[in-house]
Amino acid sequence: MNVLLALLFLMQQTPNSLPSDTTEVIEVVRPAPPTDVIAMDTPNDVGGSVSVQWEISEDDGKGLNNVILYNVFRGQSEEGPFDYIGTVGAGRTSYDDQTVEKDKVTYYYILKAQTKEAVESEASNVASGKAAPQWFHHGRWNILILGILFALFFAFYIRMAKGKKLFIRKIAGLDAVEEAVGRSTEMGKPVLFCPGIGYLYDIATIAALTILGRVAKKTAEYETRIIMPNYDPVVMSAAQEIVKQSYTEAGRPDNFNEKDIFYLTQDQFGFAAGVDGIMLREKPGAIFLQGVFYAESLILAETGHSVGAIQIAGTDRVTQLPFFISACDYTLIGEEMFAASSYLSRDPVMLGSIKGSDASKVVIISVILIGAILGILGGLNIGPFGTWFQSLVNWFGRG
Amino acid sequence: MKERKGLIIGSVILLIIFIGMLIKGEPSKSILVWIAALLTLFIYSFLYRDNIFYKFAEHLFVGVSVGYGISVYWQNAFIRKVFDPLFITKTYIVDGQFHLWPLLAIVIPTLMGLLMLSIFTKKQAWLIRIPIAFVVGMSAGISVPSTFQAYIFEHTKNTLYITLSISSFIMIVGVITTLVYFFFSKEHKGLLGKTANIGIWFIMIAFGASFGYTVMARISLLIGRMNFLLYDWLGVIK
Repeated sequence: MNVLLALLFLMQQTPNSLPSDTTEVIEVVRPAPPTDVIAMDTPNDVGGSVSVQWEISEDDGKGLNNVILYNVFRGQSEEGPFDYIGTVGAGRTSYDDQTVEKDKVTYYYILKAQTKEAVESEASNVASGKAAPQWFHHGRWNILILGILFALFFAFYIRMAKGKKLFIRKIAGLDAVEEAVGRSTEMGKPVLFCPGIGYLYDIATIAALTILGRVAKKTAEYETRIIMPNYDPVVMSAAQEIVKQSYTEAGRPDNFNEKDIFYLTQDQFGFAAGVDGIMLREKPGAIFLQGVFYAESLILAETGHSVGAIQIAGTDRVTQLPFFISACDYTLIGEEMFAASSYLSRDPVMLGSIKGSDASKVVIISVILIGAILGILGGLNIGPFGTWFQSLVNWFGRG
Repeated sequence: MKERKGLIIGSVILLIIFIGMLIKGEPSKSILVWIAALLTLFIYSFLYRDNIFYKFAEHLFVGVSVGYGISVYWQNAFIRKVFDPLFITKTYIVDGQFHLWPLLAIVIPTLMGLLMLSIFTKKQAWLIRIPIAFVVGMSAGISVPSTFQAYIFEHTKNTLYITLSISSFIMIVGVITTLVYFFFSKEHKGLLGKTANIGIWFIMIAFGASFGYTVMARISLLIGRMNFLLYDWLGVIK
């Protein structure tokens, strides 16, 4: 019997409704509690989480239909006490307790359904579970398989690149690197290289640093000054190393001035304002905007355009590419930037990676084509193609 | 000479508009609002050309952001992640027992970070390559599964959700031709070149849409600033 006559309280009423000494009896109806509560380690995680699952209350969406949420409680022993740890809405049948302090320690859980009037049900059965970390994410077999396949492509082509010269098509804009540095030299103006506001772990920043190596080598050969304001001090340190190396390779280590590769600020628009100021005062003949850019991209590209510099931009940020395309002379679009860095360096590992990446693209194109054909045949209800198509989609949707 | 004359006339007109707004409106009484408004105008003066007001705002902006950044790093990185766990909370002592691994988890990254300072020495400057190599290697390793998930699996899965419709056909053609454009192993000639050309059309159409969308977002930023100047500062609009 879930119906209880419980809560009694005196209410101060207005004189024309009820006398002040009237006692009102309110019938409080408790909802049915959730059932079959179980607790288990959350799969495929680093520990620190227990998943609680249950069958919904008989009054959730049916019966009295008055359950609006479930409160989850956790205790250190089966008898309690149980502390409130979280709430989920009606209809839900699971809750991940991510506040577990210790792995491999048993915790006990109960649930209570709650109504709009904040009336809770009786407690559910007690469920116990302990958290544990897993080494392997079993939902990501697909990533492992494709990862191994692609890694094999990379390894194969890198090995191949070490033995013979691999072909990579010329990328528009790369010839302009030499032209831009040459023009700066003729005009007696410096070259400005802006690596954007990325960090050293951004692939675009790493590609930008490879391109920087090539540009610095050219500036060293032409004895042109290269200026490089930095957003991140770690990128700055790496850039200093790369430029120093390029100057040494060009046989002009004495011309290297590490003060031209400096830290500006780590504020996005402070950086943009600073680089704009440098562009206006130094009036570079060539500007390289390579790396990770966000909203400051157009500010920088427009200012560079206004000082009459040749601009070569490159980024993998899709939303910023249109601005570079409209305001710069040459733009390396996304992967072109990575290919450009490989093309310039001629490093076998990087060339092999681009080849491996191309082979991976062939696989993806094939999958899409096969999927499209299966999807069309499945849509026309021909043979088992619909099932095969669904299996393919599910495989890519795992994890 | 002509430019200077135009500048003087323009400045006088702007001044008259500004004084008119001050008289007509209800200017803010907060000094902070005035500072923010004047700095905004200093930055906007860049639209004319580089000038002393812009230089002042620029240097102030860069200086303040560097100072703020240092304080944030000091507090969030050094105090919270090194000093406090080592000397205050002593996370490596649990229930009176000393644990080596939690201690090393603080000490090793700290030492690695300190190696960044080796750049200030001439002989040991090469040591900086150790933390840089660690950051690059670790980040690349961590990003592999997430990149696979986000850029390969999600994209392929969503491309495969096709129906017998024109839009599905356009999507499939767009994805494949765009991928072909980014194929670097062969010269873009013949069939491959034609396919890549279709790909670049798709890319440009997508960029056009993205351009328009982002410009609208930037316009909303401008509206926000104008609202600050005309409402919060001058009180001209109610």
